[in-house]
Amino acid sequence: MGRKILFITTDQQRYDTLGCNGGILSRTPVVDRLAAEGIRYTRTQPASVVCMPSRSSMLTGQYPTTHGAWMNGVPLAVDAPSFAEELHDHGYKTSLIGKAHFEPFMDIFGRFVENSFANLGIPTVDQPWYDGRRGPHRGFDVMEMATHGAAGSLHYAKWIVENHPEMMGAFYSVLDGELNVNAEGGGDTGAPQVKHNIIPREWYHTDWVADRTINWLNSLEANDDWFCWMSFPDPHHPWDPPQSELGRVNWRDVDLPAGYIADPAERERVLDAKPRHFRLWYDGKLVSNYEAPAKFVPAALTADQIREVNALNAIEVELIDEAIGRVLSAIEARGWGDDVDIVFTTDHGELQGDFGLLFKGPYHVDGLMRLPLIWRPAKSAGVAPAVVNAPVSHLSLAATFLEAAGVQQPSWVEAPALPRSDDEAAQRGFVDTITEWDSAIFGVDVHLRTVTTSRYVYTRYHKGYSHDGSEGELYDLVDDPLQRVNRFGDPALKAVAEELQARLDAHEVRDVDRAEPGVLVAPV
Amino acid sequence: MATVRYERRIAASADAVWDVVKDPASIPQWFPGIDSCDVDGKIRTIHLRNGISMPEEIIAIDSIARRFAYRVTSPLYKSHLGTIDVIEIADNDSLCVYSTTAEPDVLALVIGGGTFAALGEIDRLATSSKGA
Repeated sequence: MGRKILFITTDQQRYDTLGCNGGILSRTPVVDRLAAEGIRYTRTQPASVVCMPSRSSMLTGQYPTTHGAWMNGVPLAVDAPSFAEELHDHGYKTSLIGKAHFEPFMDIFGRFVENSFANLGIPTVDQPWYDGRRGPHRGFDVMEMATHGAAGSLHYAKWIVENHPEMMGAFYSVLDGELNVNAEGGGDTGAPQVKHNIIPREWYHTDWVADRTINWLNSLEANDDWFCWMSFPDPHHPWDPPQSELGRVNWRDVDLPAGYIADPAERERVLDAKPRHFRLWYDGKLVSNYEAPAKFVPAALTADQIREVNALNAIEVELIDEAIGRVLSAIEARGWGDDVDIVFTTDHGELQGDFGLLFKGPYHVDGLMRLPLIWRPAKSAGVAPAVVNAPVSHLSLAATFLEAAGVQQPSWVEAPALPRSDDEAAQRGFVDTITEWDSAIFGVDVHLRTVTTSRYVYTRYHKGYSHDGSEGELYDLVDDPLQRVNRFGDPALKAVAEELQARLDAHEVRDVDRAEPGVLVAPV
Repeated sequence: MATVRYERRIAASADAVWDVVKDPASIPQWFPGIDSCDVDGKIRTIHLRNGISMPEEIIAIDSIARRFAYRVTSPLYKSHLGTIDVIEIADNDSLCVYSTTAEPDVLALVIGGGTFAALGEIDRLATSSKGA
């Protein structure tokens, strides 16, 4: 029998939003306890800083340039490798409950499997179906899906329509009339993607994901080996938690984040020292990716708007923590408390006011790249609690799950299982991670490659719409943890830059079996 | 206004490819997600798998140039123009070009994604029929 595995992801959550990582806005006692009992990683990077490529990398253990889902709107091939399929084929009961997003959401023709499941009525705990050999999709026996509201064709939206239709309009409208990400302001400060949501807490998608997870767990036999990917859509924008919870964090009491530069002149000087798309976006002159509202101008963002966004984000993080607590209680009640590996992370971060910016895009700075990651191995495995400061990548998740399940590592994973201590990390060569960005939409293309070590973040830009291929960024994380001084081209760091460039060059020519790059068929 | 274009080299004659696309009523056979359609003169109404119906206006069916042009007239679109061009390269070798220009811009991308998949189906149908 393998160990049972609960994989918890959130969406767009910063490293510093957890108490165990030094966060002070949110109370996160449940996740903090997991960190204390298990392994807390302080330098985890994703393979991409947007949802679809990042989530595809978690599932496949591969870089986007290997699995082929290179930007949002490019579906992961249906026959792409999947750790869930490996687990399923080794007898595990498998589920994904919450946000999947390996395929585009914007799908007016209903072509993608994820979007068709809810309408077909399959598969849920209540209406199970699979083909007998593998799960119905990507190795998951059960997929019950949700995203950031009640619109669309996923299970949560259908549940709201069927059970609480009066709440369909309660959420912030993620898209505007032109189907771009909405820039309309709300809340107390007029901040974009903010709304006071009248939905009762127990009907909000965070609690729905926990409820459906508990329902699935309770459908299992006591001796089943199981893997559950519990995937919360929050704290990704829109920031519209149930208004009954707004009293948890008063935005007027929130300090501005350390990454925010209050003086506009200093803020613009810092942005000007970075590759030019930073400042162009800040000034509203270039939107280089779909994920940020097309009509949002960061320069117009006020300090109070940043306070309110951070407060609402913190509330959403607290609701997730409490939802996780309910699921862990359900696991204890089943008598599985000592036998479950629990991994908590997110798909990417959020700028959340750093440099006066919000949302995400081709900006490889800590707000987007440094992620929370906690692994609480099953107590029966006897792994000592630890803090791992070595850089690790999301690519290691697939191998970690397979190792915990006692499944032989397939040849397609590009990274080994996570180390359990810094000593082990040193022995096994965890010295850096690579993060990729490629996008091309409406004539604007951007291409970045970043290597992160314990000391440095080094990014090179390939030729694109606003870059000629000579640009780069180099930050010393020890002297400049807020990444305000771009030392790319600094003669004092020439040798460092050359060494890190060599690692990026080696990454580009790595010997792997690459899928054909997918085709962009939707914006997201 | 945004424009998206996909093309596919097909190992079939231009006539064989044109035979697949020239009939306005044939679209459910090769456009993924379209379950059925009604054609009444120059008006075609497509019915999607998800229950949505969208009216279209057929602008041109030019068998000499092998060009099919149509416009989605649903209120969802401020404007739309779709064209399918079949270009002869050699015997049993042709190029099918499916272009979408639309406003709002995002819809060009979403429709375009469908046209990319449609080209694969057009290829399948044209190459499976060429020996018939």
